[in-house]
Amino acid sequence: MFAWLRDHGIIERNVVLMGVLTLITISIGGLVQIVPLFAIETTIERVAGVRPYTPLELRGRDIYIREGCYNCHSQMIRPFRDELERYGHYSLAAESMYDHPFQWGSKRTGPDLARVGGRYSDDWQAAHLRSPRDLVPASIMPPYAFLDRPLDVADIQQRMRALRAVGVPYTDDMIANAAADLRAQATPDADPGAFQGRYARARQSAFDGNPGVVTEMDALVAYLQMLGTLVDFRDVTPAQLRQP
Amino acid sequence: MAAATATAALAPGQAYRAQEVTYVEAPIRAFAAITAFWGVVGFLVGVVIASQLAFPLLNLDLEWTTFGRLRPLHTSAVIFAFGGNALLCTSLFVVQRTCRARMFGGDDAGWFLFWGYQFFIVMAALGYVLGITQGKEYAEPEWYVDLWLTVVWVAYLIVFGGTLVKRVEPHIYVANWFFLAFIITVAVLHIGNNISIPVSLGSAASYSAPAGVQSAMIQWWYGHNAVGFFLTAGFLGIMYYFIPKQADRPVYSYRLSIVHFWTLIFLYIWAGPHHLHYTALPDWAQVLGMVFSIVLWMPSWGGMINGLMTLSGAWDKLRTDPALRFSVTAVGFYGMSTFEGPVMSIRAVNGLSHYTDWTIGHVHSGAMGWVGFITFGALYYLFPVLWRKKAIWSEKLIAWHFWLATLGIVFYITAMWVSGIMQGLMWRAYDELGFLQYSFVETVEAMHPYYVIRLLGGVLYLAGALIMAFNLWKTVTAGEEAAPAPADVPVSAIAVAAE
Repeated sequence: MFAWLRDHGIIERNVVLMGVLTLITISIGGLVQIVPLFAIETTIERVAGVRPYTPLELRGRDIYIREGCYNCHSQMIRPFRDELERYGHYSLAAESMYDHPFQWGSKRTGPDLARVGGRYSDDWQAAHLRSPRDLVPASIMPPYAFLDRPLDVADIQQRMRALRAVGVPYTDDMIANAAADLRAQATPDADPGAFQGRYARARQSAFDGNPGVVTEMDALVAYLQMLGTLVDFRDVTPAQLRQP
Repeated sequence: MAAATATAALAPGQAYRAQEVTYVEAPIRAFAAITAFWGVVGFLVGVVIASQLAFPLLNLDLEWTTFGRLRPLHTSAVIFAFGGNALLCTSLFVVQRTCRARMFGGDDAGWFLFWGYQFFIVMAALGYVLGITQGKEYAEPEWYVDLWLTVVWVAYLIVFGGTLVKRVEPHIYVANWFFLAFIITVAVLHIGNNISIPVSLGSAASYSAPAGVQSAMIQWWYGHNAVGFFLTAGFLGIMYYFIPKQADRPVYSYRLSIVHFWTLIFLYIWAGPHHLHYTALPDWAQVLGMVFSIVLWMPSWGGMINGLMTLSGAWDKLRTDPALRFSVTAVGFYGMSTFEGPVMSIRAVNGLSHYTDWTIGHVHSGAMGWVGFITFGALYYLFPVLWRKKAIWSEKLIAWHFWLATLGIVFYITAMWVSGIMQGLMWRAYDELGFLQYSFVETVEAMHPYYVIRLLGGVLYLAGALIMAFNLWKTVTAGEEAAPAPADVPVSAIAVAAE
């Protein structure tokens, strides 16, 4: 039965045997590394504060992906002293638990953005996106002035429903009020009551400086400004951070 | 009459007949030609984005031409368009000849694969420029493109596997083991990494099923094995056929081939987590990734030794055959990259190299040196065979291509070593008062000269590829017709002539 272990000629003469053995051989590593990540609960740290993206932040994240920001910016701070001082506390798995897909990145042509939220003003972010070299002369980032155009919000509910289907805990209430919440976040004077109830610690602002129109710039800046701000590390204990 | 039959069977552009097997060739000629075309396109886009990093004004203030949208265009053009077509071309060429069987599905299947695959490439490329992307490196195409590629890939498996089933040779040749493993594994990876839910059936956008840390692990399981199986196992198939052919020597060691094959495909699949060192991926997975990456050095060098030692007794051919020089140098670069890779997968080294240009240099020594050179060697071999020419139009131009490309790679990877290590060290440098010594933008400024040198390297490499394209074109249009070699005369024709 196991003659093929001693005589490779048996495998070489049988296409199906070779194909099946190949399939088994290449499956083992992936299964061992991937399956436990879903099965072991402590893979995601047990910290408070992480919530789904608001509709505006979600659209901002879509634009972040559309423009390929991940090609130059990471969102994953490593536990090194210099990264702590430059970017802040190392990134937790919990902080990207609603990221479909992850945007950790693999290259820092520009700085890490995992905790860029709140480091600069909304005005700075919008001006920098429009023309990076006006603010940072040595920057090599492309300009994104074209983001000053109305944001497409027509399919926001479908997007949230799709995300709910893959595990993001959007409630019926959140989906029903998506368009209103999106406008409320981009309008500083809007009544914060219901919106803030659905999305804890979400900030309302005229992110691009113009409260009249909800633009792609509003969405992207809203997203950047919330990155890394959800977990309050003063409340976090070492036990909560332990992974398997 | 009999003589006329024999000549007709060998007329240029007509099906090649040997021992009563008529091989499918027309779609393979198309694959060979388009490989050269996409190579030039991919290298050109690489030069464009390299110049954007050196001179950001070249982003042109347009949304379609920013680095963020063009970089996936470059990586996909080189990996999937240039590399993918090279693999389809060579695997379908090799499997017919080593099985002495006509391709399963015939010309129609070949043309379906050809147009189906080009359609995939164009759809993906259009998406990148228009901002339609999944945001996962080397897996950027959106769900509808992924579905289409799945259809084409399953057809490829059926055509390739079907030809193996039809074979006359009792044994499956070693090159085909690697091609088969590449086709099967890429199918598994492609489907596994692209499980996602479209926003709606009318929408180009989708969200991936896994999130965060699981999504990261699956992406780099895919990402590293796109390297391991697409860019390594597949191209090792090329090595195992074309180097013995060009050197006119059998493969050095049959036993080493067996060990090489099974250990390589078993170990490679584990290596993904080395892309995620010191991230939020749990340590146990990182350590597994590191250990297997280091062990992977052994089968990689086993393969390199098997390829290089095939030349023993035929080393003098390197002096006279510039195409063989490409293939052999490719194996040299393969050995270099597969040593550098395990070094970079060590966590302490990775702490410095990760996020820097060192990674970019590493991947280019593999892509330009190994994948590029082994493909160039195969194309220089294939064009005269497929178009019935005596030889490549100009050997001198092959030599020019070789030296320009080699110089280009040297410029490229040395610039990236220096910039990568320098940037990694600058990020962690402290002044005497205990503060970080450099702001981030100072490290960006320091990269500028190396980005210019890298650009120069890319231009040289592109220039070499343009010379190759010209040389191949002249081979087809102006090359000297091959005289029918006795071995090429179909058995039936000889029988007819004897009557």
